[in-house]
Amino acid sequence: MFGWEFPPHISGGLGTACYGLTKALSAFDDIEILFVVPKLYGDEDKSVARLISAGNISIKQYKTNTEKIFGEKTSSVSKNNLSHNFETLITDKLLKKIEFIEIKSKLQPYISHDEYKKFLKEHKHNILDKSKKLYYEKDGIIKEVTLEEYEKTSRIKEGKYNFSGTYGSELLKEVYYYAQVAKVIAAENDFDIIHAHDWLTNAAGIAAKEISGKPLVIHVHATEFDRGGFDRIDSRVFALEKAGMEAADKIITVSNLTKNILIKHYGINPEKIVTVYNAVEPQNNLKKKYKKNVKEKLVTFLGRITYQKGPAYFINAAYKVLQKTDNVRFVMAGSGDMFHEMIRYAAKLGITDKFHFTGFLKGEEVNKMFAISDVYVMPSVSEPFGISPLEAARSNVPVIISKQSGVAEVLKNAVKTDYWDEDALADAIYGIITYKGLSEMFKKQSKKEVDEMKWDKPAKEIKEIYYTLLNKQN
Amino acid sequence: MRHICLYFQIHQPFRLKRYRFFDIGEEQHYFDDLENRLHMQRIAYNNYLPANAVLLDLIKKHKDKFKVNFSISGTALEQMELYAPEVIESFKALADTGNVEFLAETYAHSLISLYDKEEFKKQVKEHVAAIKKHFGQTPEVFRNTELIYDNLTGKSVAEMGFKAMITEGAKHILGWKSPNVLYYNVLNPELKLILKNYKLSDDIAFRFSDKSWDAYPLTAEKYASWIAGADEHQEIINIFTDYETFGEHQKAETGILDFLKAFPEEIFKQSDFTFATLSEVAEKHEPVAGMNVPYAISWADEERDLTAWLGNEMQKEAFNKLYSLSDKMSFIKRHDLQIIWRHLQTSDHFYYMSTKILSDGSVHDYFNPYPSPYDAFINYMNVLSDFTLRVNEAYENIIPAEPEEILQKIKDYERKIKNLYAELQKPKMIERAKPVFAAIEKTKQETKAVILPKNKKRTRK
Repeated sequence: MFGWEFPPHISGGLGTACYGLTKALSAFDDIEILFVVPKLYGDEDKSVARLISAGNISIKQYKTNTEKIFGEKTSSVSKNNLSHNFETLITDKLLKKIEFIEIKSKLQPYISHDEYKKFLKEHKHNILDKSKKLYYEKDGIIKEVTLEEYEKTSRIKEGKYNFSGTYGSELLKEVYYYAQVAKVIAAENDFDIIHAHDWLTNAAGIAAKEISGKPLVIHVHATEFDRGGFDRIDSRVFALEKAGMEAADKIITVSNLTKNILIKHYGINPEKIVTVYNAVEPQNNLKKKYKKNVKEKLVTFLGRITYQKGPAYFINAAYKVLQKTDNVRFVMAGSGDMFHEMIRYAAKLGITDKFHFTGFLKGEEVNKMFAISDVYVMPSVSEPFGISPLEAARSNVPVIISKQSGVAEVLKNAVKTDYWDEDALADAIYGIITYKGLSEMFKKQSKKEVDEMKWDKPAKEIKEIYYTLLNKQN
Repeated sequence: MRHICLYFQIHQPFRLKRYRFFDIGEEQHYFDDLENRLHMQRIAYNNYLPANAVLLDLIKKHKDKFKVNFSISGTALEQMELYAPEVIESFKALADTGNVEFLAETYAHSLISLYDKEEFKKQVKEHVAAIKKHFGQTPEVFRNTELIYDNLTGKSVAEMGFKAMITEGAKHILGWKSPNVLYYNVLNPELKLILKNYKLSDDIAFRFSDKSWDAYPLTAEKYASWIAGADEHQEIINIFTDYETFGEHQKAETGILDFLKAFPEEIFKQSDFTFATLSEVAEKHEPVAGMNVPYAISWADEERDLTAWLGNEMQKEAFNKLYSLSDKMSFIKRHDLQIIWRHLQTSDHFYYMSTKILSDGSVHDYFNPYPSPYDAFINYMNVLSDFTLRVNEAYENIIPAEPEEILQKIKDYERKIKNLYAELQKPKMIERAKPVFAAIEKTKQETKAVILPKNKKRTRK
């Protein structure tokens, strides 16, 4: 499995989904998982696990099938006081069946080209050492070269993923490098199915398939059409996504919304696509742990402040609600490329005494934010799935979601509006904060509904997909 | 009789600590005490104390030929009292020589003159009282926050009885005219205007240690020769800078203090200029013309306007939201809230939100404790939100006079009047009528006095 982010470093929906799914899959007796994850160098705690190097390249393989390692993990965790998620991970015996491979890579999920450039700037000290050794495969033989040499040769080399580094292609270069490392892993490890999450790992998935001949499952959590909007498509990303989908033996989409995008815009055969909805782990009520300090109702937007998430619609709706009632405060939690623009916009509307920005929230702060909220709003322009409304509902918060989200296909007890319909959004917010009966109903019903949506259901569906593929092959 | 006026501004804001959304409604302390203390102490030892020592020596040496002017904001005085009391002592020593004049301004270095002239006057009075308390002087010359000036502000300043006000010799206002003479306020010619010579001032404040400047290195001799070279019609040279120029912005290593030490002597050697206080200048010189400034000017940045504080949406929003509390604050007497209210008005908070990055970006950077103007805005608004909660609560708790109470009083007075009239009706009482009428009139007045102010208060709510 080529996945993303493991606790305690989860920063978004993709990481949450990968973690939940992997955990549930490993509960099956007949499934073992080799989890490959890109990680920024220096980030990992060296004391937590034994390091098994896959040669002299920047790959770290964690054998996690010994009691001892987990024992060490527990102690180091309590010392470092990491988030509780991590503790559930390590105390969970199921996870012993997952083997981790961490690849030193600067790949980051949820990131655009411009953001990636900024990210590289901020992490200058972590930039890859060009003299580091790396393996790559040529004419069927695996060769050892330095990254610098490799980059020189790779430009001449023909191939589908050969992007010349003329324009903002740092990110794509990294994707390419990651794919090469994936080949080494595929050559050295034994497995039956390749499962790759999202476009950044598509190249890695294809590479692994090429070298091993095993069936490839591409799991689509988002497409370029969601991220950029329909008029801002990056053709190189699109090409990579399409290549992955075409090479795949099966494609899993997180909603029918996404499935339709694949059919319509990528020209993929509908029979190849299966929708498997995300889920969420039940959680205890945190409302008692955190107390709201203001007497007004709190309406929350939590997510990256980017075009895809529709922050401006939220601000406009907030403005409309504030014309009618004073008993409300709005919070926009998160950051992103539209962060500053949104601050100025709210300031221009003159509502910032009641509209607050928190910046990026981490770990426990997110739980706290959910716990003190009275309404959660996700006005996404295009949301393949959207786990956060489920997390909100889990914390007893009524949710309003846009019809243009995958989660709207599964969550019944939520207000659903068109993302562009600010009046409807304002109306719904006003209703929930004003009429107690309505909010109580949503709280109770959606909590009940969400507590049923556990990860074992999608895991079971995916297991079936695996078996169909294997049977076909045999 | 030609004069040089040296004027130094000293101001320190009460910087806010990192105040998060989650703190609203819970955390009631807003200020970064450690940062404010370290800042004040660093500048005190690098700048205020050594520079004051130089000035004291100069005054002893040159006697009445050398004088200087200061304005110290109320917040800076508070911080000196809290964190570096020896600085106050050293300013007192300067004040005692009689050659040092202190100017008046708004207590908290606020932008209130742009918003509410009555509140403006109140804040000036607070500052005048503070100066009187510390240095035993009653200021006669006014200087507004960051030299902000426009016709109406000038008019209010004149109404308060100040005889002169200092401001920027802004190029776009003066045009071809010289800053080296006096002007007057066009709405009230009684108020004289003393203008900053920005060329000579900035030579010291910004360019002194600039190695790419063609006049580098700037010696006292060279600088004095520029002033000596002014023709005879240039009566007054006004060199106005931040006092932090001497040791903080220009570090001691640049030789700025030696420059200051040598400067007066060079002036006396090369010219007939002497140093004067601003009130002396206002007395001894006559203004040549009116200066019409319909839109406010300041001494900041290339544009000399208000855009450093009120240029973008965020700054305007914060400013409007802050002053939307001023009605309520005028009724609230709680000392703790009044102090915070003053400190939140300090202009620096708005300066931190500036998005101007062009020519003056580096200056903005230097003063800014926040990583970005957006952080400054969010932090300030979070603090303001919490403060608003407290103001509203305090306002709710003001007990207005009950209507029943007022009605009862009216009834009492009416009965009293009736009785007095009854007195009047009695025979042979005409000679007693006069005092009775007077008593009736007096009672009526008293009735009014009881009813009116309370009614007024109620309608305002």
